[in-house]
Amino acid sequence: MPLLQIENLNVSFPQHEGVVQAVRGICLSVEQGESVGIVGESGSGKSVTCMAALRLLREPPAQITADRLDLGGVDMLRANRRSLAAARGKLAAMVFQDPMTAFDPVFNIGHQIIETIQAHRPLSKADARREAASLLARVEITAPEAILNSYPHQLSGGMLQRAMIAMALSCRPQLLFADEPTTALDVTIQAQILQLIKALQAEFGMALVMVTHDLGVVAETVDRVVVMYGGKVMETAAVEQIFDAPAHPYTQALMASMPGRTPGKQRLVEIPGASPNPATPPGGCPFHPRCSVAMPRCATEMPPETALGRSHTAACWRLQ
Amino acid sequence: MTAPQSPALELRNLSKTYRRRESGGFFPRYGDHLAVKSVSLTLPQNAILGLVGESGSGKTTTGMMALRLVEPSAGQIFVDGTDITHLDHAGLKPFRRKMQVVFQDSYSALDPMMTLAQIVAEPLHIHRLGSAAEQTEQALAMLDRVGLGRSYASRYPHELSGGQRQRVAIARALILRPQVLVADEPTSALDVSVKAQIINLLLDLQAEMGLSILFISHDLSVVRSLTDRVAVMFNGRIVEQAATETIFTDARHPYTQSLLDAIPVLNPRLRRARSFQSRDALEATTPRIAGAGPTPALFALSPDHQVEAMA
Repeated sequence: MPLLQIENLNVSFPQHEGVVQAVRGICLSVEQGESVGIVGESGSGKSVTCMAALRLLREPPAQITADRLDLGGVDMLRANRRSLAAARGKLAAMVFQDPMTAFDPVFNIGHQIIETIQAHRPLSKADARREAASLLARVEITAPEAILNSYPHQLSGGMLQRAMIAMALSCRPQLLFADEPTTALDVTIQAQILQLIKALQAEFGMALVMVTHDLGVVAETVDRVVVMYGGKVMETAAVEQIFDAPAHPYTQALMASMPGRTPGKQRLVEIPGASPNPATPPGGCPFHPRCSVAMPRCATEMPPETALGRSHTAACWRLQ
Repeated sequence: MTAPQSPALELRNLSKTYRRRESGGFFPRYGDHLAVKSVSLTLPQNAILGLVGESGSGKTTTGMMALRLVEPSAGQIFVDGTDITHLDHAGLKPFRRKMQVVFQDSYSALDPMMTLAQIVAEPLHIHRLGSAAEQTEQALAMLDRVGLGRSYASRYPHELSGGQRQRVAIARALILRPQVLVADEPTSALDVSVKAQIINLLLDLQAEMGLSILFISHDLSVVRSLTDRVAVMFNGRIVEQAATETIFTDARHPYTQSLLDAIPVLNPRLRRARSFQSRDALEATTPRIAGAGPTPALFALSPDHQVEAMA
């Protein structure tokens, strides 16, 4: 049985202008130890999917419905507060994009990691502190004791992100959600953090869900890729398939528009238009207004997922 | 007035020192922080020069000094062959027309109370170029040129997407037909699918208007597609400078190499275990220079490729 099983997940936020439909009927499953990348642009629903899986969204305003939302055997839709709290941290933990805002500025790093450990494990404060220090050492922080006593503003972004990863690992989760963990960091630090996450994943035997807009990050870190657009899944495939033979026009266009693929100053292949407004998504396939091979049918009907090979599916009328 | 061969923009030994609090309490002690140390750069006419480096390397400060939006502590700035370092407000005004800027965050760069036509026409208004009707007409033509169309004229910035706002910022910067454009990370806040649109727009406008662009970025993939030359900054100074492809194929400075190593490879089959230069090793070869210490010399490997001598 998969570790995470999501079927027909819908997340919406009622607002003045109407209902913002962030996620519209997506299915996703993650096996034990597997690493999955969710690729999408802002507004595609990739972060909301992860937040909804852990029930971290404030409800209301968020409205979550699903045929199934299963995390390690826990029914996350019907679980009460207590079992939700037990599942978070132990079954799955999350690393956020901006470590500066994810930490509380008025407590030192040690306090925040120890608090997390004690919330989930029956350890004394002294033991929890020892555990925190060893976790920091595990994420390649050279002077853990000094960092435990530091406040967030005293540390660099890369250092804070390491501390956040240490905190996420403190209860040995079976699944780690990493939501754009390197977007706020410098390129050289990004490479180091990605390598660290991969190494820890192997060591702890965790599953990984890497949320990103960067195809390069995907190429470097995951085994399977889910491409999202306008709150829907466009394509799912093994990472090699996505790069060798992308099937969906959106994935193809995204690949072609990446800068720096070939040497020399040059115009790039561009995708016309802009991402859809989640309050007023286009009918049918959300990509059809920008798609170069769209047909009349694309504007009215969402295409079903078509199986294209082992573990490769795409939702496009052209592939029917 | 000026020789036709003079570069569009030239910086000579430009430095910037900020005062910084070194110890707190009731009687804080202040010290000097050298944000930029003796930077020399040449932006030839009709070229795009990439300025890359990590956050805190001084690349934005250098760009802002070139525009005299930040006053340099030492050094000289030449625009089209004229030294503008010490010009006063009135003396600088004609040069403001020749150099414009596009910022990273288009949301805070555009006045939310003005329509797009007003925003784009404002530089013409400030420099008193043409009648009000002519100014509006030019603004509409410029909106058209950056791909927004005249129907956008009476809209407000909040109605636009990030890519569209960046188009407005580019239109406003280029309506005065400047010679030099400083573009400070104009694509980093944009979605992947929109980034290519803005890069293409900059390439087209550069060729069309004979523009010279100082393109500040930390995204080396974008730099490779857009620029003719690259200067790499680290710890407040330029450590390597060469033609773009030379940087990508024959980088010599350890910091440049570590930047290139860090670019994700777009092929999952070529995944590799990376060995990272430790930060301490980099700092040791290229330390930040405090106070008035001498700047390490740049060696010319070829007439076109300079790299800082390493300790």
